[in-house]
Amino acid sequence: MTHWIILLIILPAILAPFIVLAARYHMGIQRVFSIAGVSALIAIAASLAWQASDGTIILYRLGDWAAPFGIVLVGDRLSTIMVLLTSVLALFVLLYAIGSKWDERGRHFHALFQFQLMGIMGAFLTGDLFNLFVFFEVLLIASYGLMIHAGGDARLRAGVQYVLYNLLGSTLFLFALGAIYAETGTLNMADLADRIALFDGTETVGIRIAAVLLLLVFAIKAAIAPLHFWLPSSYSEAPAPVAALFAIMTKVGAYSIIRVYTLAFPPDVDVTAGLHSLWLLPAALLTMVIGAVGVLAAKKLDRLVAFSVVGSMGMVMVAIAQFTPVSIAAALYYMMHSTLAAATLFLISDLVRSSRPHLRLTTELPVSGAALTAAAFFVGAIAMAGLPPLSGFVGKLLILDASYTSPLVVWIWVIVLSASLVTVVGFARAGSTIFWKAESVEKPEDYAPDPRPSALSYVAVGGLVSLLIAHTVFAGPMHRLMSDTSAQLFAPEPYISTVLDTPGRLSKPKDASDTAEKKEE
Amino acid sequence: MELLVASAIGILTAGGLYLVLRLRTFPVILGISLLTYAVNVFLFASGRLTVGSPPVLRDGVTNYADPLPQALVLTAIVISFGMTAVVVMVALGAYLGSDDDHVDDPHEPAQDGDAS
Repeated sequence: MTHWIILLIILPAILAPFIVLAARYHMGIQRVFSIAGVSALIAIAASLAWQASDGTIILYRLGDWAAPFGIVLVGDRLSTIMVLLTSVLALFVLLYAIGSKWDERGRHFHALFQFQLMGIMGAFLTGDLFNLFVFFEVLLIASYGLMIHAGGDARLRAGVQYVLYNLLGSTLFLFALGAIYAETGTLNMADLADRIALFDGTETVGIRIAAVLLLLVFAIKAAIAPLHFWLPSSYSEAPAPVAALFAIMTKVGAYSIIRVYTLAFPPDVDVTAGLHSLWLLPAALLTMVIGAVGVLAAKKLDRLVAFSVVGSMGMVMVAIAQFTPVSIAAALYYMMHSTLAAATLFLISDLVRSSRPHLRLTTELPVSGAALTAAAFFVGAIAMAGLPPLSGFVGKLLILDASYTSPLVVWIWVIVLSASLVTVVGFARAGSTIFWKAESVEKPEDYAPDPRPSALSYVAVGGLVSLLIAHTVFAGPMHRLMSDTSAQLFAPEPYISTVLDTPGRLSKPKDASDTAEKKEE
Repeated sequence: MELLVASAIGILTAGGLYLVLRLRTFPVILGISLLTYAVNVFLFASGRLTVGSPPVLRDGVTNYADPLPQALVLTAIVISFGMTAVVVMVALGAYLGSDDDHVDDPHEPAQDGDAS
C-alpha cells in the first residue's frame, strides 16, 4: 500500500493553513506555494491515473483499518481521471487568477482555493458515502468563501442564495444517508453494493426512498432541472476564476451519480428500476432545453455562459441517464470537454469584463485586446455549442450514437439537435454584438483604449483552449480510455472485492499465504 | 417512543420547510436550523431507538446502541454549526450592503433589465 493517493488530499490540506498562517501578508509567497502545490497535485494525479489505467484498483485504508469498518480511499480509472482533470484545470485557473490579479482583490484566495481542491479531490477518491458528504461540505465551505471573494452587493446576494441552496442540499444528503444506513447498516459503497443486491423485492420502500433522495442531492450539485436554479446567478456573480473552477463542481454531482448508480445501485437492480429512464432522462432533456433558452435570452455575457453550463450538464445527464456502457463512455468524454469549455468561456468573459465591467450584450466600443479575446471566444463558443471541428461536436455525436437503444431516442435526437441550434444562435448573437459590430461604433475624440489584460491571462486561456484542441485531436485514444473506464464501472466485482477483501489491522489472517501477502505490503 | 421521535422529526421538518419558504434571510436561516435538528434526530433514529444501552463493549451487557449514527450525528452537528455561522455572516453582509433581506432576486432589477 503506497501513500501517494492520500497526498492528493493531505497536500492542499497542509498548504492552505500554511498560506493563511505563514504567508498571510506576502502575495508572492502565496502564489509560489499555490502554483507549486497544484503542480505537485498534477504530477501525483498523473502517476495515479497511469497506474490505474491498466485496470488496477488503488486502495488506501486510513490507519490500516479494513473496510467496511475503516475509511477507505479508492482510485479506479474514473476517480483518477477526474482527479487529473481537476488538478490540470486548477493550474490554469490559478494562472489566470494571478495574471488578472483577482487573487489580490480579497483575502485568502489561495488558501480557500487549496481547501476547495482538497474537497474536490476527496469527493472523487472516497469509497464511503458519509465521507462523500464530508468532502462535499469541505468543497462547499471553501466555495462559499471563494464565491464572495472580493465582495460587492450583487455578489453577496448571489452568495446567500448559493449558500442556502447548498445547505438545503446537505440536509437532504443527510436524510438520504440516514435512510440508507437504517435500511442496510452500512455506508461503505462496496459493502452497500453487496447488501443492496440482497434485497429481494419485498419491503423495499425505505431503500427506494433513500435512492431517490440521494439522486436528488446529486441532481442539485449537477444542476439538473428543476433543481438548477442556484447555478445561473451564483456562477455569473462569482469571480471569473472561481466560476471557472466551479465548472468542475457540477461534474462532482455527475460523477457521484455515475459512481453510486453503477456501484451501489446498479441499473439492473429492481430497487431503482425506472428511476433513470422514467425521471432522470426527461429531467436531463428539460435541463438542456432550459440551458438553450437561457443562452438565447441572456442579456449579459456571464449569464449566457452560465446557462450554457446548464445546457451542457443536461447533455451529460442525457448520456448518463441511459446507463449503458456506451452511453457512460460518451458522457465521460463529453464531461471532460464541457469542463474545459465552460472554464474557458468564464475566463474569456472576464477578459471582456476588464474593459466592459457590466458585460451587457450591447454594441459598444471594442474591448481591449479584442482580436485575441474574440478569437478565443470564437473557439470557446464553437466548442461549447458543439459545432465541428472541436470536441463538443465529437462528444455530442458519441452521445447521439449511444442513444439508439433508448426508448426515447426520437426525443433525444430532436431536443439535442434543436437545443444545439438555439445555443449556436445565442453564442453567435453574443459574439457578433460584442466583438464584430464594435468596430462600427464611432470612436469619440478623446478615445483611449483600456489597458490590455495581462499576458499571463492569455496564457491561461490559451492553455485551456489548447487542451480543448488536444481533446479533439486525440479523441480516439481518449474515447478508448473512456470506454475502458465505463467497462470497469459496469463490472464492479474487482472494485468490491479489492475494497472488502483486502485484509487490514482488524482482519485475522486466515492462513499463511494471507500473512505473507500482508508482509509484502 | 417511536411515535414521539417520528412526529418530532416530522414537525421540525415541516416547520423548517415553512420557514425556508418565507424567503427572507432570518426566517430562512431559522428554518435551516430546524431542518438540521430534524436531520440530526433522524440520523440517531437510523441506528434504531434504544434507551440506556451503552454504545461500546462492556461486560455483562447484552443490548448495545449502534455507535456509528452517534459519530455521524456529531460530524453533522459540527458541520451544520459551521455552515450556519457562515450563512449568517454572508447574509448579514448582503443585508447591510443592499438594505434588503430578501433571498430571491429583486423583481425589478436595479439597472440592467436582467430578466433571466
